[in-house]
Parts: sequence; C-alpha cells; structure tokens
Amino acid sequence: MTGLILSVITTNKDRIAGGVPIFIESTTEKMQQTAFTLEKILDAMVHEVSDDTLIIVRHK
Amino acid sequence: MLKELLAYEYVFPLVLGFLFGIMCRIHLLRTDYRQYPTYPHGKIIHISLGVIASALGAIAIPALLKENYTAVTFLTVAAQQFRDVRNMERTTLTEIDKQELVPRGGPYIEGIAMVFEGRNYMVMFTSLVTTTATIFFHWWGGVIAGVIALMISRKLRSGKTLSLIAEIEPGEVRMEGRDLYVNDIYIMNVGLADAQEIIREQGVGFILTPRDANAKVTIAHPGQRQAILHDVATQLGVYTDTGEPSLSPLVKRDIQSGRLGVFLLPQEKDVERATSVIRAVPILESVFRMPTKTRMVKKEL
Repeated sequence: MTGLILSVITTNKDRIAGGVPIFIESTTEKMQQTAFTLEKILDAMVHEVSDDTLIIVRHK
Repeated sequence: MLKELLAYEYVFPLVLGFLFGIMCRIHLLRTDYRQYPTYPHGKIIHISLGVIASALGAIAIPALLKENYTAVTFLTVAAQQFRDVRNMERTTLTEIDKQELVPRGGPYIEGIAMVFEGRNYMVMFTSLVTTTATIFFHWWGGVIAGVIALMISRKLRSGKTLSLIAEIEPGEVRMEGRDLYVNDIYIMNVGLADAQEIIREQGVGFILTPRDANAKVTIAHPGQRQAILHDVATQLGVYTDTGEPSLSPLVKRDIQSGRLGVFLLPQEKDVERATSVIRAVPILESVFRMPTKTRMVKKEL
C-alpha cells in the first residue's frame, strides 16, 4: 500500500512549492471547504500536516 | 432388475457410505451471518460437489476388495478436483472483495477457500469409513462409524475465536486536534473538520490485549486485523460510503506492548454487541503463529 499525494491546500503560500496541484485559500474555513470538495471528488483522504496546510492522499 | 442390483454384495455398504457422506456435507454447509455460501446457487454447487466426493469415498474400499486397483487412482483425480474448488472460491471471493466497503482481506479469503476444500475431504473420509465399517461389521457397524465420523467433522467444523487469545475491552475514541486515538493508541491523522465531528459522534473504540506471546504475534498480522474490521462491518453495519476515505475503520498496534487499538464506525453504536462480535471473530488458520514452540529461543518474548 503506497500513498500518493494528489493535492495540497494551504493558507500559507510561502511554505508550499512542488509538483502537485496547490490550492491557496484565504481562511481556514475556506481551506476546509476546498478539502471537503476535493476529498469527495478524488476519493482520497485529507490529512492535516500543520495548522495551515492540508494534503490529499490516496492510500490504495 | 432391482433384485439383481441388491444381490451385489457391496451395494448396501456403498449406499450407506454415500448417504452418510451427503449428510456430512449438508451438516457442514451452514450459511451464517457471512451469507456465504450464497443461497441458492452457491449451496447447489457445494452439495453437488459433496455428492461427488461422497461417491468417490464410498467406492474406494469396495474397489480395492474387488482387486480393481486402478479404481483407486480416481482418488488422486478427486484430490485435483477439490483443489479446484479452493481456486474457484478464492477467485469468486477476491472479485467480490474489490467492491466491499470494508474488504475481507486476502488471508480471510484463503481461510474460507481452504475450509471448502477441507470439507470435501471430510465428506470423503466419512463415506469411506462408513462403507468400510459396513463391509466388515454389518450395517450397525457402518451406522456407528458414520455417526462417529459425523461427530469428528462437527468438531472440526468451527475453529478458534479471538476471545481465546485476547482480552477485549471498550476504549475511548478521542480526537486530539487532527490526531485520532483509542485510549493511548494512535490511529490516524484526520484532516477534515467534518470527518472529525462524525468520528467523535459515531466512533467506537476497543483495546485488544493479547493473552500471551503467541497471541501477540497472531493478532499483529494485518490479515487478522482486517478480518476483525470486516466481521464487525457485516454484523453491525458501517457508517461510511464510497468516496468517504476519512471514515474508514482501522486497527493499529501499540508496538511496545502488542496491544491493538480498534477504531470502528458501526451503523449501530452498540458497544456491547460490538464486543461480542469481536470476541467471536475467527482466528485465521493461515495467520495463527506459535513462536513459543520454537527450539531456538527459550526466553519469554
């Protein structure tokens, strides 16, 4: 079982860069909302890396 | 015609053995909460195979006594045939498993497939013993032998359950920010606030403490853990859906003590029933380990 990061959602764009789609949101609530939508669309799980960053990971 | 048939000395032993064999298969064919084998076609398949097995078992000894030695080679064909039963069951269950909300997992499937193969051999054994006893000790000998064989197969029918090797206690499901715990055992990271809320409301936790060193190794096996999750999901339902990966039941292990933290999301939040379901989870034959039987290390694990 290998995990695959599909997307990153953050409110702090200075800390994020890389090869996956990145969604930058203004508030934590908006970040949660985007994460919720993406979870349903991608069928992949949302994990919280730090207070201002969520990642979407496919586990199987 | 009928008279001629009955005049043949082995007809009665063969019929008796055949009947006991079929009885054995029907006796062993129980569809429980797992709803497997499925009704009616799954059952038809297995009763038909049981009839074949029973006929083969019944015929072996009379064939030998008639000095028809080549007939015995049919038994090897039978063994081949019943190995295919195992393959058939494995393929079917693996296909079904792909679409399951909480899958059974490979080792559970292997266990079920093995049972189906083994039961056909039990049928052959029953009919062989019955026929032989009838030939040597008259009809009552056959009946006694048949009943004993049925009792043996009944005893071999059910395996051990989890309550024998582990103590099961309810635990507290706790969200510490993004981290999900059952008592002190870390389960997973849940990022969605929405999912965290559902877990707080619907989550049920258990702690499984292994009773000895053997149990510690056995319940650590991911296949055994998946079997626990699947069994609870079939009997208590599961509070999740496709496209809801955050809401997946999970079992994690406390590496130091070997205890398991079981996080469940049952449709019915009934801790008592969940406890009894976990207690009755079968210990998978292919997963069961006995490290204390080793001659290499004698010290306590």
